Amino acid sequence: MSLSILAVDDSRTIRDMLTLALTQAGFEPKVAEDGVHGLEVLEGMQPDAIITDINMPRLDGFGFIEAVRERDIHRTTPILVLTTESAPELKARARAAGATGWIVKPFDPNKLVKALNMVAGTGTA
Amino acid sequence: MSDPMNEIRASFFIECEELLEALQDGLLAIDGGDTDPETINICFRAVHSIKGGAGAFGLEELVRFAHRYETVMDAIRNGTLTPDRDAMLLFFKAADLLSDIVRASQSGEQLDAATIESTLQDLEALTGDEGEAEAEEEAAAAEFQPMTLSLDMELPSADDPLGSKYTIEFAPEPELFKSGNEPHHLLRAVSETGTAEVSCDFSRVPALDEIDPEGAYLAWTIKVETEASKAELTDLFDFVNGLCTLEISEETAETPEETGPVPDLAPPPAPEPEHAAPPSKPEASAKTTPPAAKPAGGQSGGPSANATVRVDLDRIDRLVNLVGELVINQAMLSQSVAAAGLDSNSQVTSGLEEFMQLTRDIQDSVMMIRAQPVKSLFQRMSRIVREASGAIGKRVTFVTDGEHTEVDKTVIERLADPLTHMIRNAVDHGLEDGPTRLAAGKTEEGTVTLSAAHKSGRVIIEISDDGGGINRPRVKQIAEDKGLIPPDQDLSDTEIDALLFLPGFSTAKEISDLSGRGVGMDVVRSSIQALGGRVTIASESGKGTTFSISLPLTLAVLDGMVIKVAAETLVVPLGTIVETVSLQEGDIQRLGPETNVIHIRDVFVPLVDLGAELGYRPAPTDYEGRVVLLIAQEDGSRAALLVDSIEEQRQVVIKGLQDTYGRVPGIAAATILGDGQIALIVDPVDLMANASGKTGSPSDDLQLAG
Repeated sequence: MSLSILAVDDSRTIRDMLTLALTQAGFEPKVAEDGVHGLEVLEGMQPDAIITDINMPRLDGFGFIEAVRERDIHRTTPILVLTTESAPELKARARAAGATGWIVKPFDPNKLVKALNMVAGTGTA
Repeated sequence: MSDPMNEIRASFFIECEELLEALQDGLLAIDGGDTDPETINICFRAVHSIKGGAGAFGLEELVRFAHRYETVMDAIRNGTLTPDRDAMLLFFKAADLLSDIVRASQSGEQLDAATIESTLQDLEALTGDEGEAEAEEEAAAAEFQPMTLSLDMELPSADDPLGSKYTIEFAPEPELFKSGNEPHHLLRAVSETGTAEVSCDFSRVPALDEIDPEGAYLAWTIKVETEASKAELTDLFDFVNGLCTLEISEETAETPEETGPVPDLAPPPAPEPEHAAPPSKPEASAKTTPPAAKPAGGQSGGPSANATVRVDLDRIDRLVNLVGELVINQAMLSQSVAAAGLDSNSQVTSGLEEFMQLTRDIQDSVMMIRAQPVKSLFQRMSRIVREASGAIGKRVTFVTDGEHTEVDKTVIERLADPLTHMIRNAVDHGLEDGPTRLAAGKTEEGTVTLSAAHKSGRVIIEISDDGGGINRPRVKQIAEDKGLIPPDQDLSDTEIDALLFLPGFSTAKEISDLSGRGVGMDVVRSSIQALGGRVTIASESGKGTTFSISLPLTLAVLDGMVIKVAAETLVVPLGTIVETVSLQEGDIQRLGPETNVIHIRDVFVPLVDLGAELGYRPAPTDYEGRVVLLIAQEDGSRAALLVDSIEEQRQVVIKGLQDTYGRVPGIAAATILGDGQIALIVDPVDLMANASGKTGSPSDDLQLAG
């Protein structure tokens, strides 16, 4: 069974790249354009993991993660944050908001897959 | 399918254009006094997204610029910088440069690094701490170092191909689970680095009735034999750093080097000093800190999320073509119904009317697909104004109106050059300099307005300035000096204004490096005419000048006059026809053995016979009562085109001939008429240019009369 992933990013390029990388790795990605849209898409799916950007219109990544965590069934859904800065404060803030881990943009598809396997398993177990 | 990465790269550049547009909009809004924090957020995000995408494609120049630009913008965002007018101009300049760099990155060309650097430094000077910005720059650069370093670090383990043995003590805290991490996956990831033996310590599990279902009671000991370095193993636990007790010790054969138990929250021991271990983040483990994050400006500025589909232009053109066919087909059907003499109340007729309405609607909708708002074009013009006014030191306010007016994509593309020229003219020649304006009782800062609007099926684009207006005596003088018109002619204001369009006319007292030489208004007019458009001038002394461009909504349909020559039906574009004249006795004057001119309103106009030029029939000898179309040529001169009869005036769908027949001199395209006949669309100007001018000998009567 392949893992289903929800990826939220306001940049079409990054969404396209995520979709490509995830599909090639055998995941089933769904994308959303911002936090609000992400929550809408989340209604219709039960992802094995969520990837989200931070800087987004309408509802930013931190707000999105909080909102996801408020939903009981997603209290422990792994959430990876995509960030351009690997600054420690950003990681700290992401974790404080409830993120599981982080990926630094520009991401390396292999590392992305590893990070996903790290938080959501390989889908085989 | 081509390489998906290439496609994403292409779509990245499209996205960049959109982001640059959003950036421009945002900057304009801020410049106009918008203080909504979301506006600067939008600008920041635009630059940030460009940076993010650029990083993915290794466009370093773009990343560098966007990063430093974004850093300064961040100062506005967090309120440490309140930009004044000059600062805004710098932000605009940087936005312009950013779009240059985007384009250069796409095409692979090189830009002048000095200009970029100086703009960035000017920009960074706004925040008053250039040094800091640079230091930050270096810090940012340094963040990329760990990768290289960790590569080096693998070298020692390469000396030891069999790998080393490590013992990992791992005890999650409840927070680890709350963050969504899962020990099982971590253990598996560790096992995958080599061969591992995992044992679980159940000793802390309390009695069933004391168990907190969300507590953490298990601990694991992993003995792993791997080629991975200790740093790599530590990296695996990066996400849970601070959420567990973690201890990684290496069992060396000689001296089992024990690292002391790592206290909670502390970074994993990193004996290798250079190793950029995952930075410790004690704040992170302040477990239940209320998250500081708040949705960014949730109230306003929601994305104007236009759901869009990208379609190949070819497909749209095909659709446009098919709809053209449909329009023709519908006209044919109407014609045959009319020919059948059916009652106008019959079902067929009323059904046909609905059909006609539908066809029109479909046609309009299809044309709409090709239509784009002129906004992007207008934004390019605002840059022209900034650069032009900056270059000659005039202060200019640029106002745009109707930027959501939609025009055919091709029209927009081909309007850029003529508009650029006209805008530069307006800034350079149209507006007076500051002192002159003040003396005339105006504000020092001039205004150039660019507007677009739909009017009676056409698009009207106006470029106006509030300058001194056209200096008509001077324009006339120059035209006389240059021998463009004979001296001492009595000309109306409109006629004098039209002199500006004559080839080789330039009124600038000194040639500035702006509107400069080379391209004159004559070129501007001919490129607009090539789009089926017209340019007119309205100017009032002391108040300003307005250039109006009137364009057809689409290039696929044309207003034409259907004419007959010999047995052939032809279409002449209506826009080129100045007037139609029925020749009277005495209008015709012989000029040479086979050439004639007609005498109309005290001017002699060369006569060209369409039938003879196209070889449909020999030139007639009797011209009385015949019809000529007066055609306006690009240089303003006129010529008369002799046709046999005028049938009607109608809209025709243009069918290109270029693909099938190549270029045919004098013929622009073809169309299919309502009765199914194919009619050629004449390009009168081209035809005139190549005309033999042979019109045959007029009859003796006429010669006598002349």
